[in-house]
Amino acid sequence: MAFYVAQFLTGLASAASLFLVASGLSIIFGVTRIVNFAHGAFYMIGAYIAFTLTERLSGAFGFWGGIVLAALAVAMIGIIVEMVLLRRIYHAPELFQLLATFGLTLMVEDLVVLIWGPDDLVGRRAPGFKGAIDFFGQNIPSYDLFLIVLGPVVLGILWLLFQRTRWGVLVRAATQDRDMVAALGVNQKWLFTSVFAVGVFLAALGGALQIPRDAVHHAMDLRIIVEVFVVVVIGGLGSIVGAFVAAVLVSELNAFGILIFPKISIILVFLVMAVVLIVRPWGLFGRPEAAARKTPGLTVNPWRPLTPNERLAALAALVIAATLPLFAGNYALTVGSEIAIFVIFAVSLHFLMSVGGLASFGHAAYFGLGAYGIAFLAKMAGLPMIVCLLLGPLLGCLGAAVFGFFAVQLSGVYFAMLTLAFAQIVWSIAFQWVDVTGGDNGILGLWPSSWAASPPHFYWLALGVAALVTIALRAMVFSPFGYALRATRDSTLRSEAIGIDAKRIRWTAFVIAGTTAGIGGALFAYLKGSVFPDNLGISLSVDALVMVLLGGVETVSGAVIGAIVYKALNIWLISQTDLSKLVLGGFIMLIVVVFPKGIVGMLEMLAQRRKKASPPASPLLAKPIESAE
Amino acid sequence: MRARNVFVGAAFALLAGGMAHSALAQDIKIGEINSYSLLPAFTEPYRKGWQLATEEINAAGGINGKKLVVISKDDGGKPADAQTAANELVSSEGVAMLAGTFLSNIGLAVSDFANQKKVFFLAAEPLTDAITWSKGNKYTFRLRPSNYMQAAMLVEAASKLPAKRWATIAPNYEYGQSAVAVFKKLMSEKRPDIQWVDEQWPPQGKIDAGPVVQAVAAANPEAILNVTFGADLVKLVREGNTRGLFKGREVVSFLTGEPEYLDPLKEETPEGWIVTGYPWYSIKTPEHDAFLKAYQAKYNDYPRLGSIVGYQTIKSAAAILAKAGSTDPEKLIAAAEGLSMPSPFGEITFRKIDHQSTLGAYVGKTALKDGKGVMVDSSYKKGADYLPTDAEVEKLRPKD
Repeated sequence: MAFYVAQFLTGLASAASLFLVASGLSIIFGVTRIVNFAHGAFYMIGAYIAFTLTERLSGAFGFWGGIVLAALAVAMIGIIVEMVLLRRIYHAPELFQLLATFGLTLMVEDLVVLIWGPDDLVGRRAPGFKGAIDFFGQNIPSYDLFLIVLGPVVLGILWLLFQRTRWGVLVRAATQDRDMVAALGVNQKWLFTSVFAVGVFLAALGGALQIPRDAVHHAMDLRIIVEVFVVVVIGGLGSIVGAFVAAVLVSELNAFGILIFPKISIILVFLVMAVVLIVRPWGLFGRPEAAARKTPGLTVNPWRPLTPNERLAALAALVIAATLPLFAGNYALTVGSEIAIFVIFAVSLHFLMSVGGLASFGHAAYFGLGAYGIAFLAKMAGLPMIVCLLLGPLLGCLGAAVFGFFAVQLSGVYFAMLTLAFAQIVWSIAFQWVDVTGGDNGILGLWPSSWAASPPHFYWLALGVAALVTIALRAMVFSPFGYALRATRDSTLRSEAIGIDAKRIRWTAFVIAGTTAGIGGALFAYLKGSVFPDNLGISLSVDALVMVLLGGVETVSGAVIGAIVYKALNIWLISQTDLSKLVLGGFIMLIVVVFPKGIVGMLEMLAQRRKKASPPASPLLAKPIESAE
Repeated sequence: MRARNVFVGAAFALLAGGMAHSALAQDIKIGEINSYSLLPAFTEPYRKGWQLATEEINAAGGINGKKLVVISKDDGGKPADAQTAANELVSSEGVAMLAGTFLSNIGLAVSDFANQKKVFFLAAEPLTDAITWSKGNKYTFRLRPSNYMQAAMLVEAASKLPAKRWATIAPNYEYGQSAVAVFKKLMSEKRPDIQWVDEQWPPQGKIDAGPVVQAVAAANPEAILNVTFGADLVKLVREGNTRGLFKGREVVSFLTGEPEYLDPLKEETPEGWIVTGYPWYSIKTPEHDAFLKAYQAKYNDYPRLGSIVGYQTIKSAAAILAKAGSTDPEKLIAAAEGLSMPSPFGEITFRKIDHQSTLGAYVGKTALKDGKGVMVDSSYKKGADYLPTDAEVEKLRPKD
């Protein structure tokens, strides 16, 4: 019995650490709607600065003072980031801020190694909380007890702050309806900055408090970021109490789960999130989001098919691309093939995001399923390449049909997080089912048949498929199905009123996007000759999101450019420097500030302005059609 | 769709980048790949090691009079990116061979690439048994003692312990799984009387150490096998110390004696663990003294195990290239098979049967000295003594 109590208390201590970080994320998201990917980075910087301060300052005061000072210092950094970077892009399309914070995270990961060196750092233990307390033969660390008390105390302080101060009232109001708060004359700028600072402070405090039990290193951020997102979503976005309950739930399930299934930790949080979101679409304590007042999609440029001249230009570009094998070497061609494959992957997500308004955080699942489809067909059934290429993507299609059915019941960030949960579940199956998938050692030896083996042939294959896929998806955008899908994106209520079955349309779009991603994955398996669980992983999903956002989410085919720019730059940088993350992160942040509509979005806007400056050629183009509502 | 123009531009840029690199024709180039950005704690000393080796080789007249050039690439910790890098090195840089890699899945991806493209590959660090056995191929050689060899070395010491009730803690991925599997198999062969009472599989890099420690303690084992390393090891040790998990229990631990993983623990270092590692401070052989002196003179820092691996990878590559007298991969394979050469740990041989080198490791006990973790009572275990019989190896390895 004593053991179970001890295990319960241990779980509570883990929950407290998780809650501190999650609460900050929840507050930031609730008010500013920023998906703050850099939250883990702030957590990590908090730990690093606290390490330095607690090593320099002596005594108990030095330790605790160092922890608080570190959190305050990081909060200052947060304020600077908010004012310099995020403030410029609040009006950018939804999720664009994710791109900025992603760039920041990349930079921080390299910066901490440059500043603090590559070694793992182990800080000192907390004065007064070094030992353990004997509980009927079970040792419970006194620092755990400190954390167990701290969690509810922070929850209480936050509750008082939100319920008993004017600032808290404004924050709660903004969480519920920020347009109305703005309309009532509240200075949103400072509200957002202060909320961001409080959130970052909590993240850094959470990181600093890990010093007595963890090692400080440059991968801390990734270790925590996904987990806290999950906790926030399980609890319900913007709900602090929800975050607390979710943290306790997840930590206790883990503490007791490992007694029965020692391998459960790898997937537990995602299983819990999937179940919670299917049963309660807004998390445990969340409420349905208020209907958005702005049209999420197009506001200035109505979409239109390419003009005959533009078609010719696109065709010419394709022909030029197809002549690459005449003068480029094998390496350039293989890179070209990889880029073409990522174009397929990015346009498939772009279709879902910009046409359907459904941002998926787990799109790599379908890419990877396509790749594994190839691996199973080629290795186990021994089918020839052409058959595999036709059938392999069907695994992506199947996955998208099953998971999509559940996912399209939700919307917004909840939709995104459910897709993430499904992707992680698929990933962990690939990772754990060693007998079938080879686990993390993957499936090797999937090389293309001789007709496609040479780099020029494979390049033409990849380029041809990429062109076909892009054309097909474009055609779909301007088909009746595409119009229906855009209708559900722009106004679910109105579209349903005219008889469009929104969920079925969205489900269809999800399956189309998943299958297309599967085609990309199938080609990728043959390009690399092997399949690994990485092909289904979070970082690939994030890459796809970045490509779409970089190209411009409000465009018809921006993802093509986004994929080419991001992938080419990524491959080039990683080949040139070990600090590729630093440079790439900096580049992304620059793009975010200079091109707040993405690269293609910005180019289109410039073209539009030039047309406006000259006498209007077509009155239709100059008129903002869809800015109503 | 105007996109394609940018695409072609990018391709041109890549092409130009590739051309700018092409070194002098008479140089011999080795293409090196490792997870520099993902695992700097290991790869920084590793890089210093191979840079020292390259310098020494060229100072001594290069390879049969030709200068040795190592072109190094980061793989970002991803198999797919490692293959892109391998392709660039082979197709654009025209390297004579590939070398390096740390993670097992990356090692396997590059080895499969080498097999497909018929390029010589010297795997430096990946520990998985698959790379020389179940997924071995004729183009791939491996330097470091494998999972199996390290397990066999530890079993030799562990089987002498009186403990009968054992628990295991290992990261939940291929390395942890196969380390535990081999250890259990060899241990149960030597000691049929022991029981395995609990196993814990925290995700790599994400251990929730408190509950894990508590769960292991609840099974009340007499001895524990640990396979976690890096930040996970730090958390495990700290929780284990506070909760008294290691008190009165024997612990056997993979890799913990390597300075990369032992040094961060400082005064928290648990005493008396049986570990594999690299006690650079207590190795007194002429070969190692020479290496240590050269390393400390160049970098004003002490070597980690990564330094040894990096140094010996390039030294081995040079020895193979020198003997082959050619960069033809078939000749390199013929030269490498059965080739013996000196190393800081004494003479090593690349076995013909499975392309594994006989580089060994040090086994000893952890101790705390002046607030720092050290390895004591350590002795060098030759790799050749801890490999299965040739007949067994033949069964494990697919025919070429």
